[in-house]
Amino acid sequence: MNCIIIDDEAAARAIMTHLCGQVENLDVIEEFPNALSAMKFLRKNDIDLIFLDLHMPDFSGFDFIETLRNPPKIVLTTSDRNFAIEAFEYECIVDYLLKPITLPRFLKSIEKVQKKELTPSIKKVEAPTSSPVSSPEKEMYVNIDRRLVKIEFEHIYLIEAKGDYVLIKTENKNYTVHSTLKKIVEKLPESIFLKVHRSYVINISKIIDIEDNSVLIEKNVIPISRSNRPELMRRLNLL
Amino acid sequence: MEQPNLEYIKEIAGGDPSFIDKLLEVVKNELPGEIELYKKNFNDSAFAKAAENVHKLKHKLGILGLSQGYELAIEYEDELKNGKYTLKNKFESLLDSCIRFINDL
Repeated sequence: MNCIIIDDEAAARAIMTHLCGQVENLDVIEEFPNALSAMKFLRKNDIDLIFLDLHMPDFSGFDFIETLRNPPKIVLTTSDRNFAIEAFEYECIVDYLLKPITLPRFLKSIEKVQKKELTPSIKKVEAPTSSPVSSPEKEMYVNIDRRLVKIEFEHIYLIEAKGDYVLIKTENKNYTVHSTLKKIVEKLPESIFLKVHRSYVINISKIIDIEDNSVLIEKNVIPISRSNRPELMRRLNLL
Repeated sequence: MEQPNLEYIKEIAGGDPSFIDKLLEVVKNELPGEIELYKKNFNDSAFAKAAENVHKLKHKLGILGLSQGYELAIEYEDELKNGKYTLKNKFESLLDSCIRFINDL
């Protein structure tokens, strides 16, 4: 069985690597000080088990799990006693280890991992929220002043909810349309657009940069809600 | 007052002296920076961030065998989350004892 360790604390990684060394046939393939570097690694490597710290500065452990399409077995490691119930809402989470971790408790956790036959589907992370849709449409028509105006998807920067209206910002022009964000989203190809906030849908290909909880598109700084950030990060082609 | 010790480290080392040395070296390198960051955030009145720092430091207290200190850190972390800090001096005394301990090794 191979595993990786994700923890921003070097001492915690050293302890976990040592504990893994006490178990026959458990190989630590890699250690990561943050979730982003692990995400890149997991795109190209199959792993049986992840020891995952819950509290990390850039991404929480739960945020990280939400980015995984087919998560392997996961053992959470944390100094926080308050997340046990939430942890077991995820089928992939096999155990929850409180730091500092002792050898007997660690070995018990490995036993649980070995016994656990994980079903391949995880509702929370496998929902087809972003699978590319083979949408033949390249544009939509919106009703503006009794005219049906064609707007090509590839020219849209973003769409903002404004009460009973939505503002569609494109490369050439902005359109105010009497509609809801929800109705507009239904018309948009999921492969290009993503709702990053309750009031904003963005064209992912138009992103200039991302900083903490906001994204820059053209000259617009758009907030990213915490719950939507993992999906956005998953959709990016990270180096 | 509870004193830092090597009980936990020796227990998980399982008689491997090289691991003890390695882990202590990591703690020596990592702990001062974590303490500095906590103090900076506290002094900037960034109590939520200071609480996150205490959360990390809590593990170091556990590694250095401070089980009561670990519990104190939990309480202090909760205090900071609410913008309070009555346990500040006690907690920082613990940190001082940890630094003295690892420097004397």
